[in-house]
Amino acid sequence: MKTNDLILKMTTTMIAFVILAFSFYLFFAGHNAPGGGFIGGLMTSAAFVLMYLTYGFGTMKKVVVINFRTLIPIGLTVAVGTAMGSFLFGVPFLSHTFKHLHDIPLLGDPEVATAMLFDLGVYLTVIGVTMTIILSIAEDA
Amino acid sequence: MLHLAVLAPILFAVLVPFLYSKVRSIHTGWFVLIVPVSLFSYFLSYLPKIKEGTIVQTVNWIPSLNINYDLYLDGLSFLFSMLITGIGSLVVLYSIYYLHKSEKLGHFYVYLLIFMTAMLGVVLSDNLFVLYTFWELTSLSSFLLIGFWNHRERSRYGAQKSMLITVFGGLAMLGGFVLLSVTAGTSSIRGVIDNADLVLNSPLFTGILILILLGAFTKSAQFPFHIWLPDAMEAPTPVSAYLHSATMVKAGIYLVARLSLLFAGTDLFFILVSGFGLLTLCWGSYMAVRQTDLKGILAYSTISQLGMIMSMLGIGTEVAVFAAIFHIFNHATFKGSLFMVAGIVDHETGTRDIRRLGGLMTLMPITATLALFGTFSMAGMPLPILNGFLSKEMFFESTLNLGHEGSSLVATVAPFYPIIAIFGSIFTFVYSVLLFFKTFTGKGDLSKLEKKPHEPPFGMHLSPVILVALIVIIGLFPNLINGPIITPAVEAVYGSAPDKHIYFWHGFNSVPLLMSLIVVALGLVLYITREKWLSFYNVMPGRFSANKTYDYIVENVFTMSKKATSFYMTGSLRLYMSLILLFLVIVTGSIFIITDGFSISTDNLAPINWTEILIGLIMVGAAFATVLSNNRITSILVLGVVGFGLSLLFVIYRAPDLALTQLIVETVTVALFLLCFYHLPELKKREESVGNNLLNWIISISVGTIITLTAIASHSTKLFETISDYFVETSVPLGGGHNIVNVILVDMRGLDTMLEITVLGLAALAIFTMIKLRKDGEAD
Repeated sequence: MKTNDLILKMTTTMIAFVILAFSFYLFFAGHNAPGGGFIGGLMTSAAFVLMYLTYGFGTMKKVVVINFRTLIPIGLTVAVGTAMGSFLFGVPFLSHTFKHLHDIPLLGDPEVATAMLFDLGVYLTVIGVTMTIILSIAEDA
Repeated sequence: MLHLAVLAPILFAVLVPFLYSKVRSIHTGWFVLIVPVSLFSYFLSYLPKIKEGTIVQTVNWIPSLNINYDLYLDGLSFLFSMLITGIGSLVVLYSIYYLHKSEKLGHFYVYLLIFMTAMLGVVLSDNLFVLYTFWELTSLSSFLLIGFWNHRERSRYGAQKSMLITVFGGLAMLGGFVLLSVTAGTSSIRGVIDNADLVLNSPLFTGILILILLGAFTKSAQFPFHIWLPDAMEAPTPVSAYLHSATMVKAGIYLVARLSLLFAGTDLFFILVSGFGLLTLCWGSYMAVRQTDLKGILAYSTISQLGMIMSMLGIGTEVAVFAAIFHIFNHATFKGSLFMVAGIVDHETGTRDIRRLGGLMTLMPITATLALFGTFSMAGMPLPILNGFLSKEMFFESTLNLGHEGSSLVATVAPFYPIIAIFGSIFTFVYSVLLFFKTFTGKGDLSKLEKKPHEPPFGMHLSPVILVALIVIIGLFPNLINGPIITPAVEAVYGSAPDKHIYFWHGFNSVPLLMSLIVVALGLVLYITREKWLSFYNVMPGRFSANKTYDYIVENVFTMSKKATSFYMTGSLRLYMSLILLFLVIVTGSIFIITDGFSISTDNLAPINWTEILIGLIMVGAAFATVLSNNRITSILVLGVVGFGLSLLFVIYRAPDLALTQLIVETVTVALFLLCFYHLPELKKREESVGNNLLNWIISISVGTIITLTAIASHSTKLFETISDYFVETSVPLGGGHNIVNVILVDMRGLDTMLEITVLGLAALAIFTMIKLRKDGEAD
């Protein structure tokens, strides 16, 4: 029996974006405040799971064109690539550096760290892993 | 040159399969015959040099381990080389007539040549480990030869038996060699003998001696390891003649003789070697009378003769060593010829059972004559034309004069030795006479035989004729081989050269002669009254047979080890878990006790406030509820309470990253648990016995206690300053971030993170494949 859960869908549409935004915040703030790639990734997945719960597989397949499984190798490649990038500069594996960029319009005085790229790898992998697990089990049921 | 001589047979063996398959018209044995004959003449060329001293030749093999392919030729190795190549030639010649061309001759001669190399290597090696290598090669090639007719069940049984027993001894011997070379500081046999003091005074001496003797006793079929030899009679007769009478079984004798210079003179060596030798002599000759198979009699007779040689080596006086060496030679001649005669009888009549044979003398006069000389020499008949008598008389003489002055042990056992020797010799006499008269005289029912008996071709007679000629020649002129061959060999074993002539006649006063006459008289009486006492055999070996023990062990090793394994490998995961945890508790607990490692200090503790206590109590309650709940869903949900309580604790202890992660991960796992367990069948209460349940409680409580104690103890002992101050100080200047946890995770210890996300990825892929593959039916 198909029920028309309009309220759920409406709230989901709004909340999902809030969650997504929060997860991005967690990810970017990670270096200086609680958060980081792992929590950010889990939070992003939470937003996706909520959408799947509400809208079902059929709709989501049309909306989300990402194959979550491919995120795992992509994330791992980013992480390992970042780690190996330090070879280009003749420093040991996984050496990080950071820099303060001054006087950028709008952003002011942001700090750019290679650790962020590494965290991006973590972030992508975690999304891939969580979504793969949940979707495979859910599809199976 | 010697090195090449040792390896010549095995090198020639490479050619044999080609010769066998390409030249089918000529019996392969003719080509093979070249090898032992030329080796024999090569070794013969050393004859003049042997008296002058030892010939040593060295080749480096593994110098870093002191394992070098060093060979040396002295009197003892010369004697054995002559036997190996000489009897080898005769056996190959004999086998040409014995084995039909339809047999797998290629295999046969390859095995035989490998064996020849192995045997030459054993007797010529100077290095203990090279000797061991060749030693095992003899076991291996003899295994192949015994199982030559591998379509017969008895052959395979005999081959396996000889392999297991000789390799068991060989490995023990290797252990002895390792100890010996470590003790003496060298692995050269001559070096070891030079350092005899080191070995004799070493605490390892008993171990070394026993291990090495185990090797020698198993190889030479001494009691109780003799059981493989009768079963090895399933081999083709040339093999029995060669391996199991003249050469391989004497490898153990060789080893004991070779190391005599080292061990002789110690009480342990004396009692073990001469004791087991005499025991073997008596038991072998006693059991031989019972046999009905020609080769069975010969096998037990070989056992008993080897026991006799061994006992003489154990006695170790000059006359005993002389007798031993002389008997090694004599035994090879008469036993070789007897095996060949048995082979001829088998070949020409189709049976070896003495109950079916008889009266062959008229039909096979030449064979009968050969057998007569062989058996009478074996029996030690006091006739001047038989070499067996000469050495047997010396054996009696040596039992009368045990050397080894002053030892109380020797003085105690001395009176018994001549009596035991006579006892063994009486039975030797009985079976030798039995062997001859049952086969060749009387009225055999020859019509029942498969073949009509007749004389074999001349070529088959040639080898035993040569051996019997040797028996007679040595019997008549013993000093012919005394000077050039026996004396240097005795010198190699005893250390000094004896000045000895062998006389047939010592005069009427000689005690050994008297003993011989007693043997003949009593032996004749026993032979004639044989039917009356044969039933005694049902009592005496009876159930105490070494064969039965062996069979029992071999049959039960598998089932017993299976039982032992399945005692703890039940397949029950619960049991394994209990064992692992018990082990953890016992090891950790005993280390606590042994090292007195437990300590508790309250110096460094933070104050506890009521929120922490409250959360802790909730978690404890939830944990108990999880364990005691009968409903699966309840357990999962209550377990979630523990997880959320933990994240609250993280909050209190100011770990926001951990708290966040714990919260989300706990949610996800609870959801996944619910998802999975929802589909599982209803949980059934497993019926556990009270004792088992109690045990589980005890184990879990003790594990909890041990872990708690460890935690308290490790918190109370601070050995070093923590490293965390460094992270706090350098997080911003080096990592560029204020979140220390994150900086540690991605920057300072990024490798851990990298591998952890790899783990996550693998887990996801594993789940994906498990589900998808099962769907496709591939994993069912």
